Amino acid sequence: MRVLVGVKRVVDYAVKVRVAADKKAVDLSNVKMSMNPFCEIAVEEAVRLKESKAATEVVAVSIGPKQAQETIRTALAMGADRGIHVQTDLRTDQELDSKAVASILSKICADESPDCVILGKQSIDGDFGCTGSMLASLMSVPQCTFAANIDFEKKTVERETDAGTEVVAFPSLPAVFTADLRLNEPRYATLPNIMKAKKKKIATLSASDLGVDLSSGNEVLEVFEPPDREAGVFVETVDELVGKLKDEAGVI
Amino acid sequence: AATIVIMLARYAPRAFRAAATVRRSLSALAEEEAFAPLRPAVTMFSEEEVAVRDMVSSWCKAELQPHVREMDREGEMKPEILQSLFANGLMGMEIPEEYGGSGMNFTSACIAVEEVAAVDPSFAILVDIQNTLTNNAIRFWGSQELQDKWLPRLATDTASSFCLSEAGSGTDAFAMKTTAIPSADGSYYTMNGSKLWISNSKEAGVFLIFANAAPEKGYKGITAFVVDANTPGITVGPKERKMGLKASSTCPLTFEDVKIDASCVLGEVGMGYKYAIEILNEGRIGIAAQQLGIAKGAFNATMPYLRERKQFGQAIGDFQGMQHQVAQLATEIHAVETMTYNAARMKENGLPFVKEASMCKLYSSQVAERVASKCIEWYGGVGFTEDIIAEKFYRDCKVGSIYEGTSNIQLQTIAKIIANEWE
Repeated sequence: MRVLVGVKRVVDYAVKVRVAADKKAVDLSNVKMSMNPFCEIAVEEAVRLKESKAATEVVAVSIGPKQAQETIRTALAMGADRGIHVQTDLRTDQELDSKAVASILSKICADESPDCVILGKQSIDGDFGCTGSMLASLMSVPQCTFAANIDFEKKTVERETDAGTEVVAFPSLPAVFTADLRLNEPRYATLPNIMKAKKKKIATLSASDLGVDLSSGNEVLEVFEPPDREAGVFVETVDELVGKLKDEAGVI
Repeated sequence: AATIVIMLARYAPRAFRAAATVRRSLSALAEEEAFAPLRPAVTMFSEEEVAVRDMVSSWCKAELQPHVREMDREGEMKPEILQSLFANGLMGMEIPEEYGGSGMNFTSACIAVEEVAAVDPSFAILVDIQNTLTNNAIRFWGSQELQDKWLPRLATDTASSFCLSEAGSGTDAFAMKTTAIPSADGSYYTMNGSKLWISNSKEAGVFLIFANAAPEKGYKGITAFVVDANTPGITVGPKERKMGLKASSTCPLTFEDVKIDASCVLGEVGMGYKYAIEILNEGRIGIAAQQLGIAKGAFNATMPYLRERKQFGQAIGDFQGMQHQVAQLATEIHAVETMTYNAARMKENGLPFVKEASMCKLYSSQVAERVASKCIEWYGGVGFTEDIIAEKFYRDCKVGSIYEGTSNIQLQTIAKIIANEWE
């Protein structure tokens, strides 16, 4: 089984982002970038499949500028076999939208014919959570999103929902899975594996050569920080609490 | 280049002689420069080195950070964390891949030491001694047999200790009294004596021991031995109760008629004094990386507080007095960073680096102490408590100006080299 994994280069989760002066985007200058945490979980799942011999090859794909290759190298150091870098200078946090990404990935999948595609459920910059579903639709294959557990024998996936988890079945492969937080705990790239990753191949393509419409369906009007969280209020009695929830907050 | 040469000839005849060589190489360089690619800054690291930094700092945050205070209080290293260090390749960084090591360069080892030190300097000294002293000494001078036997173990599961100092010999290392007298047929040595201040001796599975195999020859009898910690006759004494680096065990060792096979000799008999000096030269760069990590760790742990803490209606970080102190220390940390990684690159490039290694060890320990001390002050009263990590960095950094060559000996080393340059 060939597994294709998407790995996105995003602002590191620990960074406190700031809005750029023109209020059109987040300021990315000199900001630490890392692999999207949900993509790490996706890579981990793919590498585990290879270790259990369920998969024969793991291919890591990233779309972005030249530095996206660093993200692919991290995936290779975690155990992926080879990488594909789709080069674009469009901002992957807002200019390249989910539809464009899904279209690019579906073109890649047409060439690679993976049996299984694992993506992160969402990226921590855009947080759209659409790419997986759109890709499955473009490929006309089943989708199992928010996966907390994937059973390839039984062909079932335990999905996270707001109310808990549900188990869905996928009729066949190929299929698209998107990784949720509890799917696994990603490994560190051990230092020997970082060195081994240097020898693994990364193929480079240009996004504009793929014959895919890269234009966004959205236009970003303004980027702003959420309002500062205000201090709460102490109440003396339960009645007072209920009163405030009803009359002031309007939530009951 | 021509103007400089004339000025030197007129105003500084001694320097002119040195400059003559420089002049010849300058013009050759100038030609080279026209076609050379852009040279990197000292703080521009290779892709793997950046990957090492990222990986080690992630590992430290998740695996090490939560247990730092507890291990300091208990004076113990948690075995699981030690195992994880090995499993992730941090203990055999320069050991070749065929031995199970990570096959990386010296700078990567320094980066790992720095990142670990920013979280727990006790673990950093373990990683430093293993990589820059033991592993490298065995790689440089060990017989094939010794390398085949120990490098895989050092890379995967065996911690090591560097056993040089004794009660009567610290800086004056050659005055050591421990002997390792060869048997009549030379097939084994009998070691008697003791060592003091041996880092991580409780955890170590192998000791790199310096002992005199021919006391009548003075220091030229000093020989290095790679000895299994389980060898009968070796006793690891009780841990010292130290001011800092508490999780790292520091114990005396006693040797009573310890029989050591001749195959355990590292390199040549009687060359131990030379190996000790040489390996400690590069070990100094590792210590500088540790001190750099301490300085950065303390600084980074304190900066957010300067925004948080408000007095007189504003963040204390906005007071000019504070800003100036911050700027001064940030400058010194940057200086330590550049000089440390420059020394590492000089070593990698095969350039002489003894002076630079001494300089960065000397200076980094001074800066670490200044930074850690100021961080406590910046935190105010709470900085004096165990609630804040600053006091731990302050306690941990103090030995930096003492071990692997005291500051006085670093000054002496630097002065001697400079004196030779001006002979």
